[in-house]
Amino acid sequence: MADLSLNLAGIKSPNPFWLASAPPTNSGYQVQRAFEAGWGGAVWKTLGEPILNVSSRFAAVGFNGQNVAGFNNIELITDRPLEVNLKEIYETKKKFPNHAIIASLMVEPTQEKWHEIVKKVEDVGVDGLELNFGCPHGMAERGMGSASGQVPELVEKQTAWVKEVAETPVIVKLTPNITDITFTAEAAVKGGADAVSMINTINSLAGVDIDTWDTIPNVAGKGAHGGYCGPAVKPIALNMVAECARHPRINVPISGMGGVSSWREAVEFMLMGATGVQVCTAAMHHGFSIVEDMKDGLNNYLDEKGINSVMDLVGQSVEKYSDWGNLDLNHQIVAKINNDVCINCNKCHIACEDTSHQCIDMLKDEQGNDILKVREEDCVGCNLCSIVCPVDGAIDMVEYANGKPPMTWNERQAAIGAVSSCDVDLIK
Amino acid sequence: MTTLKSKGISLENLKLNFEEVHDGLNAQEAMEESNRCLYCYDAPCIKACPTGIDIPKFIKKIASGNLKGSATTIMSANPVGASCARVCPTEELCEGACVLNHSTEPIVIGDLQRFATDWAIKNEQILFKPGEKNGRKVAVVGGGPAGLSAARELARFGYEVTIFEAAEEAGGLDTYGIVSFRLPQDISRWEVDQVEKLDVEIRTNTRVGTDVTFDELAEQYDSIVLTIGMGNVPMLGIEGENLEGVHDAIEFVKRTKSGAITKELLGKNVVVVGAGNTAIDAATCAARKGAADVKIVYRRTAKEMTAYEFEYDFAKQDDVEFNWLTQPIEIIGDNTGKVTQLKCVKMDLGEADEDGRRRPVPVENSEFNIEVDAVIKAIGQSRYTDLIEGFGLDHEGGVVKVDPETLQTSNPNVYAAGDVIFAKGQGEAMVVTAAQQGKEIAMAIHKQLDPTPTAII
Ligand SMILES: Cc1cc2nc3c(=O)[nH]c(=O)nc-3n(C[C@H](O)[C@H](O)[C@H](O)COP(=O)(O)OP(=O)(O)OC[C@H]3O[C@@H](n4cnc5c(N)ncnc54)[C@H](O)[C@@H]3O)c2cc1C
Ligand SMILES: Cc1cc2nc3c(=O)[nH]c(=O)nc-3n(C[C@H](O)[C@H](O)[C@H](O)COP(=O)(O)O)c2cc1C
Ligand code: SF4
Ligand code: SF4
Ligand code: SF4
Repeated sequence: MADLSLNLAGIKSPNPFWLASAPPTNSGYQVQRAFEAGWGGAVWKTLGEPILNVSSRFAAVGFNGQNVAGFNNIELITDRPLEVNLKEIYETKKKFPNHAIIASLMVEPTQEKWHEIVKKVEDVGVDGLELNFGCPHGMAERGMGSASGQVPELVEKQTAWVKEVAETPVIVKLTPNITDITFTAEAAVKGGADAVSMINTINSLAGVDIDTWDTIPNVAGKGAHGGYCGPAVKPIALNMVAECARHPRINVPISGMGGVSSWREAVEFMLMGATGVQVCTAAMHHGFSIVEDMKDGLNNYLDEKGINSVMDLVGQSVEKYSDWGNLDLNHQIVAKINNDVCINCNKCHIACEDTSHQCIDMLKDEQGNDILKVREEDCVGCNLCSIVCPVDGAIDMVEYANGKPPMTWNERQAAIGAVSSCDVDLIK
Repeated sequence: MTTLKSKGISLENLKLNFEEVHDGLNAQEAMEESNRCLYCYDAPCIKACPTGIDIPKFIKKIASGNLKGSATTIMSANPVGASCARVCPTEELCEGACVLNHSTEPIVIGDLQRFATDWAIKNEQILFKPGEKNGRKVAVVGGGPAGLSAARELARFGYEVTIFEAAEEAGGLDTYGIVSFRLPQDISRWEVDQVEKLDVEIRTNTRVGTDVTFDELAEQYDSIVLTIGMGNVPMLGIEGENLEGVHDAIEFVKRTKSGAITKELLGKNVVVVGAGNTAIDAATCAARKGAADVKIVYRRTAKEMTAYEFEYDFAKQDDVEFNWLTQPIEIIGDNTGKVTQLKCVKMDLGEADEDGRRRPVPVENSEFNIEVDAVIKAIGQSRYTDLIEGFGLDHEGGVVKVDPETLQTSNPNVYAAGDVIFAKGQGEAMVVTAAQQGKEIAMAIHKQLDPTPTAII
């Protein structure tokens, strides 16, 4: 049994699975049910001045018959009075002293408002604060959420205001709706953030009903952009976590989220530098009980790898993430088809033929059976065939020993620079 | 509701027993299954379909919600594609070739095909248009799957086509021969209607050779397509065949498809002679008419029977009992002329005969009698030999001889397809082959009469 307990900037929880600030953490009733089900922490649905919500609010994007590949919402922050939330936080913390409760906060960008709310939530015993600079819809039109989260100066200043009074660790939750998330992450660090969390939802329009021509979702025939999350956003979130993790000046822990649906994505995020993960869509899709397999699967994975503590995963893959210019241009892999596993769907052939490098031949073996063969000399090792292949183990991408020494683009440019400074005409 | 043993057969409402047994896929099942198809390139399932339906294409169209396009893809390759979705032995054809047999479970291609064509039927779609008239006329003799298929394709090429059909309705065995709990008549009717909508004239109740002569057709039409199928069940050649209670399986099934379901077999003992498609259909029909006991007697063993595995299973579910190596030798009646017993002899398998199946030989002194109220003969179908000779066509035992490429008979203006050219020893005849041959005839006629290529609309 590996140690699953987590310590994120001093916030401790029995396991690395937290519910993200969202509908699952809307009330004490829900958070207590979640803790009973086994969640390690919960970031309470964002507190602030209570707002009004619209109906409907959610939409999902399916893919090939699967229900929730992506999830879209136009819900705002909590619509319940602050006092009610505070009372329920207090009661929940008393019942579950070892679980992490983090208050997510969003107020107008003034020093006074931030001071006021921080004091109120710390008084009821939260373990930490998460500043919501991320919500892309509604609140942003009022200058909050991602409207402040997109301006590094505002992120820095508001974080600093919170830090002036906060006694618990401060996490700054960042919006992905920005060209380079490391700019705002660095601003949060400069403002004194103890940790950053990412990603909040991505600007999105889930769809258009092709019969009524209404947006999906719509409110009485009108739509507005929403925030996108769920399995489809994982690669975007993972990249943002990784970019922050490898950034030399963003040296605070990261709470990762965006498309975590099982322990597998949790491991990926942690390897890429996240100290624990937060989950929203998967819980909304299946209920709180999914955490059981998240913990069990993670534990078995750690045991199998001989890792004692989940904290030992954090950041292990970060140094493997670099710039394109540092990749070895001379490394070569080629596709190899195992005809005894292959079921002859010919998808690899047509994918390579129509859209890659025309190097998978459809042939017959001596017995006249259909076989496929890669012409290795023409294969560029793009992976496409192995991606479209429906059978595990039918296509291996194997290293092709070409005898060339490693050479990155950067090394190549440097070498050319060195040569050309010797005034040699390279073209000839 | 009183039901019989495990059968789920109602004894009160016999009509219910003749409703389609297999539910189609619902929209969600169809969506999930269609998304499971890999969309193979050069897909083996296409090659295994005698009509070459572009299976991945029609399945993809189901997945994208383009059901009209899906039904069009199916029906374009197979003019009786809605019937085939229900009666094709898919395990031996498309589904048997699906690559997923080698990894998980094959796609239920037949059910998806039914889903798409059912949609077209329900939504009263007309999927094709007649071609621009080219002034040539073709007579199609027999409006079963083969004839309908030839007529549909010829009409799309621009021919003026007339189908001469002896029965009250076209559709052949799809309409009258295959039991309604596997293939309801409405499905076949819709296919007939699709052909009629292409300005094909269908003259029903018109038997060629009786109501109109072959020579008249030869005079009035540029080409003749002969798709008359086969006839009723031949005589067993034993005593007592004319007793009351002895039925011809084809006629027997036809009556369950043409009128009300009658009650004369309720609680009775029935023996069916034979073990092919027809025998299975007759036996299950008898069971569904409420017979207390249905036995199939067959002179060979399960291994030699031509019925498909799924048919065999289906019959067993209806509690049909199989008696192998049993040959009827006499039908015995009472003094009112009603059948009472079937005398049989036990058989043994001897040497293989010309079609490779071992020849059964009687076991001495093994005669025994089975008490019966009805005997249904289902030992295959007879040939229209006299008619074929009357048309002056070469044949072999009533099987019309054709050029395998063009399906041309010994008369170059006469083409033949379907059961009328189906020779013994090829297993069971299939609707889908008849449909494909009909298409091939249309192509061959078009090549012969109008070699300039036409675009199909
Ligand atoms: C009981 C039974 C069950 C079967 N089950 C299956 C099955 O599950 N799956 C499968 O694939 N196949 C099955 N078959 C076989 C299939 O029905 C045939 O192979 C197919 O119908 C052949 O088509 P066809 O057009 O050649 O002949 P038919 O369908 O026999 O059509 C011939 C048509 O010609 C008409 N006709 C005959 N003589 C004349 C004339 N002189 N003038 C005008 N019209 C004439 C007939 O009335 C009929 O309409 C089954 C057959 C039987 C008997
Ligand atoms: C309906 C809904 C409401 C949300 N509300 C909030 C919120 O109030 N505050 C916040 O910080 N994030 C909010 N989020 C964003 C989530 O906390 C989380 O960042 C995002 O859903 C990505 O995680 P996931 O892919 O596991 O869903 C909301 C998400 C959804 C789906
Ligand atoms: S790796 Fe790319 S180039 Fe090589 S065979 Fe596969 S698809 Fe073709
Ligand atoms: S995609 Fe995979 S299973 Fe299909 S033909 Fe290629 S190797 Fe075989
Ligand atoms: S072989 Fe199977 S998986 Fe491939 S296209 Fe045909 S039905 Fe689909």
